[in-house]
Amino acid sequence: MREQLLAFIEKNSRVDFKELAVLLGVEEIDVVNELQKCEEEGIICGYHTLVDWDKVGLDKVSALIEVRVTPQRGEGFDKIAERIYNYPEVNAVYLLSGGYDLLVSIEGKSLRDVSLFVSDKLSTLETVISTATHFILKKYKEHGTILAKKKEDTREKVLL
Amino acid sequence: MRNPLADKVVEIKPSGIRKFFDIVSEMKDAISLGVGEPDFDTPWHIRDEGIYSLEKGRTFYTSNAGLKELKVEICNYLKRKQNLDYDFAKEVLVTVGGSEAIDIGLRAMLNPGEEVLIPQPSYVSYEPCTVLAGGVPVIINLKAENEFRLTAQELIDSITDKTKVLILPFPNNPTGAILERKDLEEIAKVCIEKDIFVISDEIYSELTYKEKHVSIAEIPGMQERTILINGFSKAYAMTGWRLGYACGPEMIITQMTKIHQFAIMCAPTTSQYAAVEALKNGDDDVAQMRDAYNQRRRYLVHTFKEMGLDCFEPFGAFYIFPCIKEFGMTSDEFATRFLQEEKVAVVPGTAFGDCGEGFLRISYAYSLENLKIAMERFARFVEKLRTEQNTK
Repeated sequence: MREQLLAFIEKNSRVDFKELAVLLGVEEIDVVNELQKCEEEGIICGYHTLVDWDKVGLDKVSALIEVRVTPQRGEGFDKIAERIYNYPEVNAVYLLSGGYDLLVSIEGKSLRDVSLFVSDKLSTLETVISTATHFILKKYKEHGTILAKKKEDTREKVLL
Repeated sequence: MRNPLADKVVEIKPSGIRKFFDIVSEMKDAISLGVGEPDFDTPWHIRDEGIYSLEKGRTFYTSNAGLKELKVEICNYLKRKQNLDYDFAKEVLVTVGGSEAIDIGLRAMLNPGEEVLIPQPSYVSYEPCTVLAGGVPVIINLKAENEFRLTAQELIDSITDKTKVLILPFPNNPTGAILERKDLEEIAKVCIEKDIFVISDEIYSELTYKEKHVSIAEIPGMQERTILINGFSKAYAMTGWRLGYACGPEMIITQMTKIHQFAIMCAPTTSQYAAVEALKNGDDDVAQMRDAYNQRRRYLVHTFKEMGLDCFEPFGAFYIFPCIKEFGMTSDEFATRFLQEEKVAVVPGTAFGDCGEGFLRISYAYSLENLKIAMERFARFVEKLRTEQNTK
């Protein structure tokens, strides 16, 4: 049940418990208990809403920043990652294999905003060797959802 | 001028709900629950394989019975799913959808006047295809109290000296009924005793919500007298690709292949390449779609129960078949009023045989959001009808 429950709410967390119980063919109380357990165990880390800010008309700038760092003795990459992810404008931080070490996803109000973050905050960290900033021009798909267009039902209306 | 038409064709009744189709297609804001095909797109990796085959210039005919690679994969699939052994070289024919397989299966087997048993409610093509093949359709009216399963007794009661073929359409469109192993064993016993062949239309085999689908060909003694028909439309959401297959005894498949060769040549090549990918790597997609259908199915069963509507729980396909007899009107009247007053299209049960009277086919090949809106309207309509009845 846990796997099915998580698979469902990962795509749609707005559903109510009673309905979820019907859809999964279980009791409502079991849904409530299982969700609570998942929250306590840190399996469910939050309930967010996917917003396409481009359509709101507000200017927002997001960027992906490649960061090369010197790992610290006894700490590896965790310490420097923590210093970076504590900035509220940082959305995501990943440790990667390959040509650089950390990938940082950041969101700001303007190009200047993001540039300032990179030049003032990120680059000046002691263990950061270099950065490469890629501004996002267009988001096509996020969290498994295609943002570009809504799907239409093009089937015939009645088919036997 | 002489009459250019064949009497046999002219005499076939067109679908009785043509009028209904026309109203729906003109009503722009109508919600439809009337479609018998998946709402999912064909999984991308399957489409990609079709595109790739075109890029590679694989645009020629395949051999008449189908691509060898596909026939091998079909055999692997039936072994994996149903534990059935077929010889890919002699016992498999790739067709243009399951519907072609039904047509040529009947044409290959029937002599004039031989009878074909057709359980109804069921898909609309069995009866006309039987007539066109020179056979005589004999309808078995399935009953709601048996959850629209075919029973051995119903079968025995319909058998005559002329009975040759039984069509077995399970999991069933439009009722959502399934047959389980014990049902099939009893039917098989009768078929073997009375020497009857079976055309088993298993196009919805991947969409069962109780236990794994069982084919009648799995029952000992049945594989040699069964044509198993399946395809890619429902399981892999590939309706537009037009691809199905028939597996059965070499003797019958050889003759079916002959008709297929002269009438069709071969199934679409692009579709065949895509289908190889579907069978090799599509199990997860099927499971995901099945889970989604199952959630919607539970939702509808629950909602109809809440409305107090008489409806058995369907365990197959993507249809639910509620009973509307309490409102004292025909299926056609109900569906027409429901469409006009609430703008929701459902299909009257009578489209699938006379014994579908008093029932509606509701398809859940629609998103949950859509189903929810439609069910709100359904509940409102039911309330309205009950109020009308009380004030009479």
